[in-house]
Amino acid sequence: MPAITFIHPDGKSDRIETSDGESAMQAATRHGLDGILAECGGNAMCATCHVYVDAGWLARLPAIGDNEDALLDGTADARLPNSRLSCQIMITPELDGLVLRLPERQV
Amino acid sequence: MSASSSPATSGTSGIPHLDVDPFAMNFFADPYPTHELLREAGPVVYLDKWNVYGVARYAEVHAVLNDPATFCSSRGVGLSDFKKETPWRPPSLILEADPPAHTRTRAVLSKVLSPTVMKQVRGRFAAAAEQRVDMLLEQRSFDAITDLAEAYPLSIFPDALGLKPDGREHLIPYASVVFNAFGPPNQLRQEAIERSAPHQAYVTEQCQRENLAPGGFGACIHARADEGEITAAEAPLLVRSLLSAGLDTTVNGIGAAVYCLARFPDQWQRLRDDLTLARNAFEEAVRFESPVQTFFRTTTREVELSGATIGEAEKVLMFLAAANRDPRRWDKPDSYDITRRTSGHVGFGSGIHMCVGQLVARLEGEVMLTALARRIARIEITGEPNRRFNNTLRGFDSLPVTITPA
Ligand code: HEM
Ligand code: FES
Repeated sequence: MPAITFIHPDGKSDRIETSDGESAMQAATRHGLDGILAECGGNAMCATCHVYVDAGWLARLPAIGDNEDALLDGTADARLPNSRLSCQIMITPELDGLVLRLPERQV
Repeated sequence: MSASSSPATSGTSGIPHLDVDPFAMNFFADPYPTHELLREAGPVVYLDKWNVYGVARYAEVHAVLNDPATFCSSRGVGLSDFKKETPWRPPSLILEADPPAHTRTRAVLSKVLSPTVMKQVRGRFAAAAEQRVDMLLEQRSFDAITDLAEAYPLSIFPDALGLKPDGREHLIPYASVVFNAFGPPNQLRQEAIERSAPHQAYVTEQCQRENLAPGGFGACIHARADEGEITAAEAPLLVRSLLSAGLDTTVNGIGAAVYCLARFPDQWQRLRDDLTLARNAFEEAVRFESPVQTFFRTTTREVELSGATIGEAEKVLMFLAAANRDPRRWDKPDSYDITRRTSGHVGFGSGIHMCVGQLVARLEGEVMLTALARRIARIEITGEPNRRFNNTLRGFDSLPVTITPA
């Protein structure tokens, strides 16, 4: 199964094994990772699963949907060009090794 | 009803039959022993009283909520099957709809109640919470339901919707009818519907475009019709969803939070020490008390759920409140812990129908609890709280408290 890495604002990192058909958010919450709140359970409503995608990976992710785009305007921490919602990133074998940085805050 | 009845297993199906009535007054007075009985009887139970299947464990409630193709909403999320009975009011275009129809209306309400919109109303909601606390500090002793849990949402939500000042006294009674109507044809439901005409007339009228102030949630829904996302005829019914589900739910949510924090002073102290816990303190109250206790689904086909076979066209009752305290899922389920990792609770539902107003509810809860905790040292319950009985909602009629200023 692909593994992905979350880097906390203080520089610490967590490498997480994902399960089949899971989103990055689901993998994070299943492991009890601090820094992903996911209040809406992946319904693309809350923007509390905000992540910054590591530069090298950005182009390899599927494009941002309209809904996600609108939600990203409402994130608690600044929206940057590499901002995504982790509940909208489905982990596929090609994303093995993906690196996501966590924002300072989610609400 | 006898909550102590031992489950009898019937015939070949292996599904335990229980003779409990989860819509009876003595159940509402103390649902917890029956919740436990329901959970422990099996993953799927059958309730002979109303001829419905029931799920009370977290895993099965979660599974049903997340399989809307099998467990549909368009045949009603109450006991009544819309295929067999005429609904008491035109069905909701979102709550009582399935994909693809649901997907379209849901997208509209998601936009109207988005995080961006919450940022815009946050200042107003927070200021109103501070004002409410000013008043409470003058009163010192008051009813935490009327003077706080009802007064606060009433001071912001109808304005946020853009409602006219006149007639707002219909709002809570209307919601009470809506939530009673999800229940079985018991006295609560019958009486609620019999008395509903004036409230329905008010609500239908207020949903019209000309009665909604520009800039409010209601007007924003109508504006989506101009964009072609919904029809002009659908807009008033979507406004109705906010009128039905947006006020009484938060009244009970805030009431639940105050009740928890007054009962568990150690948690109140933790909140006072760290106000950033306010949002989670509210969320944990929604898990712990589950203001919305139950919803139904209807099966669209024969299905096997955790070894139990359920036929087509059967009603399945989901005990959200029991799932939220299932020891299989939650560590110390019966303690109110404001630092708990609450994510995954089903107090707002789960899956495609998960509460579309959750951000409004959380915002109200967060700013209200922050304002209270910043300025109040102690909340004491000074009289017997009175429950308000409703087929779906759990909350109080009155909760007498006395506060000590910080
Ligand atoms: C603490 C407060 C609240 C609680 C506990 C609550 C609970 C719920 C639950 C459990 C559902 C799922 C229904 C289902 O699966 O069939 C739901 C859906 C819904 N809620 Fe809430 N709610 C609250 C506040 C609000 C507010 C403030 C609004 C409006 C501003 C609202 C509007 C709705 C609507 C329109 C739906 C239907 C969504 C859909 O079917 O896609 N709710 N709510
Ligand atoms: S979990 Fe809510 S938007 Fe991703």
